[in-house]
Amino acid sequence: MKESKPPGFFLTVFKWFCRPDLHPYIEGDLLELYQDELKRSGRLGANLKIILDILMLFRPGIIKPITGFHQLNHYGMFKNYFKIGWRNLLKNKSYSVINIGGLAIGMSVAILIGLWVWDELSFNKNHDNYERIAQVMRSGSLNGTQFTYPYLPYALGEELQNAYHEDFKHIIVASLPSENLITKANEKLIRSGIFMQKGAAEMFSFDMISGTINGLEDLHSIFLSSSAALALFGDEDPIGQSLTLDNEMAVQVTGVYKDFPQNSRLYNIDFLAPWSLYLAKNPWIRDQGFMNNFLNIYVELKPGVSFHDASNHIQESLFNKVQDDPQMIKIHPLIHLHPMSKWHLYNEWENGKSTGGLIKFVWLFSLVGLFVLLLACINFMNLSTAFSEKRAKEVGVRKSVGSIRSQLIFQFYMESFLMVLVAFILAILLTLICLNWFNELSGKQLEMPWTNPHFWLGSLIFIAFTGFVSGSYPAFFLSAFNPVKALKGISPSGKKTVIPRRILVIIQFTVSVSLIIGTLVVFKQVQFVKDRPIGYSRDNLLMVRMTTEEFYTKFEALETELLNSGVVKVMSRSLSPVSAVWSSNGGFDWKGKDPDWQPEDFATLAVTPHYGKTVGWQFVAGRDFHPQLASDSTGFVINESAAKLMGFEDPVGERVSWSGTRKNHTIIGVIKDMIMSSPYATPMPTIFYQGDNLNWINIRLNPEVNTQTGLSKIESVFNKVLPAVPFKYKFADQEYAMKFIAEERIGNLSGVFTLLAIFISCLGLFGLASFVAEQRTKEIGIRKILGASTLKLWKLLSFDFIILVLISCFIAIPIAYYAMDNWLQSYEYRIHISWWIFGLSSLGAMIITLVTVSFQTIKSALMNPVQSLRSD
Amino acid sequence: MKKFSLGEFEEVVMLTVAVLHGNAYGVAIKKEIEERLSRKVSVGALQSALNRLEKKGYLLSKEGEQTQERAGRPKRYFEITAYGKMALEYTRNTRNNLWEDIPKIVLDLKFSK
Repeated sequence: MKESKPPGFFLTVFKWFCRPDLHPYIEGDLLELYQDELKRSGRLGANLKIILDILMLFRPGIIKPITGFHQLNHYGMFKNYFKIGWRNLLKNKSYSVINIGGLAIGMSVAILIGLWVWDELSFNKNHDNYERIAQVMRSGSLNGTQFTYPYLPYALGEELQNAYHEDFKHIIVASLPSENLITKANEKLIRSGIFMQKGAAEMFSFDMISGTINGLEDLHSIFLSSSAALALFGDEDPIGQSLTLDNEMAVQVTGVYKDFPQNSRLYNIDFLAPWSLYLAKNPWIRDQGFMNNFLNIYVELKPGVSFHDASNHIQESLFNKVQDDPQMIKIHPLIHLHPMSKWHLYNEWENGKSTGGLIKFVWLFSLVGLFVLLLACINFMNLSTAFSEKRAKEVGVRKSVGSIRSQLIFQFYMESFLMVLVAFILAILLTLICLNWFNELSGKQLEMPWTNPHFWLGSLIFIAFTGFVSGSYPAFFLSAFNPVKALKGISPSGKKTVIPRRILVIIQFTVSVSLIIGTLVVFKQVQFVKDRPIGYSRDNLLMVRMTTEEFYTKFEALETELLNSGVVKVMSRSLSPVSAVWSSNGGFDWKGKDPDWQPEDFATLAVTPHYGKTVGWQFVAGRDFHPQLASDSTGFVINESAAKLMGFEDPVGERVSWSGTRKNHTIIGVIKDMIMSSPYATPMPTIFYQGDNLNWINIRLNPEVNTQTGLSKIESVFNKVLPAVPFKYKFADQEYAMKFIAEERIGNLSGVFTLLAIFISCLGLFGLASFVAEQRTKEIGIRKILGASTLKLWKLLSFDFIILVLISCFIAIPIAYYAMDNWLQSYEYRIHISWWIFGLSSLGAMIITLVTVSFQTIKSALMNPVQSLRSD
Repeated sequence: MKKFSLGEFEEVVMLTVAVLHGNAYGVAIKKEIEERLSRKVSVGALQSALNRLEKKGYLLSKEGEQTQERAGRPKRYFEITAYGKMALEYTRNTRNNLWEDIPKIVLDLKFSK
């Protein structure tokens, strides 16, 4: 019977995959069947049969499980860790909620701020040539200070293109973005657009939907944004359609591009037209030479050229052309490049140097986000460590049963990682819920970056970090217990653990108090500026831009009709709207002027005689323009700042000559300073004169007429007199309010974050207070029995926390003072930080602490001592 | 109500175990089923069914004697537990109830076809 052996290989395979407890029986069956088969159909048949049977045995019930019987790991313990961790969470419900909830809130604040910062940093990155595009800037010195502007003369563009082109792929002259009227047969639309030289679309990587990127070769061509094309043509194909720009330039649509996103310089730019068209419409541009600055110039570097080198090459390009002018020698204009990567965040200049700009808010919010996150982490650590001491007994039992230290370390780490992970998932949910609201608050369109690997990497790092830090204490400290002591109930806590916890609480409250102070200062500052006397009346004041030629030819008719309608009290025209200063000039001379004094710019505003009545300015001395008085046509009305600058004791009647008009003017009145540009800055010295560069219509509504009816009547008059132009207006008070948007946004955001920071700190404090109260239950019971009053117990328990908060206040005050004082320096019109802000913040923090802590302390002080002493 | 879950093959295996009373081990069960139902039964299908049934508590197994032809491997004998009996009876009752409740006409029609 020697040859009756079954194929050994297959039996080995079977032994390998079969469940060990079943193996002998099944193998027995197989062998028995083999013998049967051997008798019946010989060796080959029996062999085939057993092989087939073994193959058929390869099925779930028979294969040994992957984890199972004799492995050399402790996967089995993991189950236990999960179970115990979960039970601990459920056992201390309030602690778990505070701990995980606080961390989740902190994380979602950090995520929101992270998104905000990411968005700020991503500005203009949608342009393909982001790394190589720059804007040409001009700086120069005036009376010892340096100015820097992006406005340049047309001749400089030509000069750069002719003499300095070797560094650049493109040098592109562009008009300032302006609102233009686009007409298609009967439809009219006012949209912003730019006129740029050839190559602009390629340089700024316009994303063409139809038409080619080189479609602006023809003088009368135009690119529309897809939104403008949709508004004008709907479903029609826009390519090849004819349009009229500003009622005078006939153009043909040769391309449609995708709208630029909100974080692009070209956001809301709805058309791109050839510069040559602009030049053809404004032929005077050619004669302006190097002195009139009214354009932007953008460049794209050739690959391999650095901004620094290119900047150095063109530095003197403007000065070389104007050095014959004695004034220009004093100013010494210099040219440099401002890279695209800095356009958004570094757009403020002082003394010719970039002084940052929005980047300071990026830093500020990053810092705030970091702090809020830090607070949440501190909470998490504090509570985790405090409550882990309760588990000393568990450690004792585990050790007695045979746990080695590394297992305990692993267990505690795993628990803290799991909690952080849960908090992170909650944080993502919270962020999703808050995102809309946050977008409204911050004026952005942020989205969750689900597909952004940086986001996930950052989250991962954060989860690892927090889990590691907060898990380290229990992992290493608790796992080192002597099991005998731990089981006997000797508490391991002592000074060693209390002091770090106190330091963490102090850090938390330092941050919170600083944030409270900061928020108060921001709100005070905004309120202070809002309440600033502005020198004119902005209610019911309407401003209409004269966009087309028709405005000028039909103005008289418009004025009579409007005044006759009864809804307009008075109207006038001016060079710029009351909410901005658009023009400033030098070249003034007067008696007693210091001859060494360089031509300081005055803001100059051409107005019609009724301007003062329309805006409601207030006279300090002298009188308003008189419409009938011919001599008033050379009169000046100046503001107080201008009067001070000129140094007249009694300015009215003094004569001032101006090179701009080549005339002698008489000052007829002095008005209170009007806040026209930034409400945070000192007002510019301003001169009002009767001139003819009138671009804006100012309308004062009749206060007795309802604004809505007034507006509709005005609109109907406009549509009657100027049917080709859509009626578009601005309210002075709304324009004024716009100036506060940035600061208000910061105020609101920091307010919200401060509230959250305080909330998180309080959560932590609440948790700690309840922990302390629980630890001292017996002590309180004994004290009560010995006659301590509730009030005394409350004091005893609260005192510790109050001390901590007091210390934090003392640390926070100088830090906050320094930071906020720095911030305020950037505003010329600003508050002084008074001591009561600190007092109020400290008091507020103290009250919040007391309220938080008292809930626990009073509860434990009121407890029946019989119960607290009876328990275990 | 899904009180007892018993598949068709499982039912056959259990009934066979009951039939073989006291002598129900792998090969015997396999042969019995093959003989009575004239269908092929693989060792794998049978063993996994037996294990499943034991896990459900319908069968109980114990180690038996070692024989020469099994190369010294022990047999594993199965017997039905009380719970297993309940499961069988339950299955049988449900079948019977169903049979009884079929209207005569349905079967007649079916057979007349």
